[in-house]
Amino acid sequence: MTTLGDYLLVSGILFSIGFAGVMVRRNLIIILMSLELMLNAANLSLVAFSRFRVGPDGLPNYNAQVFVFFVITVAAAEVAVGLAILVALFRIRQTTSVRDISSLKF
Amino acid sequence: MSPFLFWVFALMTLIFGAAVVLNRNPVTSALSLVVSFLGLSALFVSLDAYFVGIIQVLVYAGAVMVLFLFIIMLLNLQAEERHRINWLAAAGGVGVAIILLIQVVFTIRHFEAARQTFPALSASTIDDVRNIGALLFRNYNLPLQIVGVLVLVATIGVVFLSKREPR
Repeated sequence: MTTLGDYLLVSGILFSIGFAGVMVRRNLIIILMSLELMLNAANLSLVAFSRFRVGPDGLPNYNAQVFVFFVITVAAAEVAVGLAILVALFRIRQTTSVRDISSLKF
Repeated sequence: MSPFLFWVFALMTLIFGAAVVLNRNPVTSALSLVVSFLGLSALFVSLDAYFVGIIQVLVYAGAVMVLFLFIIMLLNLQAEERHRINWLAAAGGVGVAIILLIQVVFTIRHFEAARQTFPALSASTIDDVRNIGALLFRNYNLPLQIVGVLVLVATIGVVFLSKREPR
């Protein structure tokens, strides 16, 4: 049988993949996609804990799933704003690479 | 769900998640992300979270992916040409991710509950949409309204950002 640890392990690996993507890749669109991977890894562990804590009525703990609902909503808003910023940036600089956008770099 | 199906969907999620990061072409990355999210929604369904699994497909595979693909095609992004990779920076990024992963694995190994299987659900029917909706409108009414305002602000912000500046 699958244990809680299996789901948490998959969630941890997925989060690390997304984190490595944010750190290594230089394309802004790929960075946004890696952010989505990280948010979804967090969702997976939330749902796993929700299923693990079965209440006295024999149902999963739905508080975590409500939280997942909020995370998905905020992630969708974040992607929309991020891509709009990307388009605005592309109009000015003609690039989506963070290599060329370093005015604020220390 | 049988362990075999769990590992099939888990590997699907992880392999295509890695493909998102490793691919040079943004369109391939976006399509890999869709497959990864489909595997993830199968994992949600395996945890009896049918509502979350379905909105995962609807919102991510449906809406967010169309947005990503639309932007990629609008900006006409091609596959990145081979840059000289800054190996030090790449090794640093991957190294931090691996350290994070080691820490997660270590924590899971020392977490007592992680070795237990999931307890059986004793309820006869799982009407999770009704339960989540009731929680959302009773206990979490204020956060729901705040998220509504957030989405409204995001919409206005997107329209404002995409407006072409008069020259």
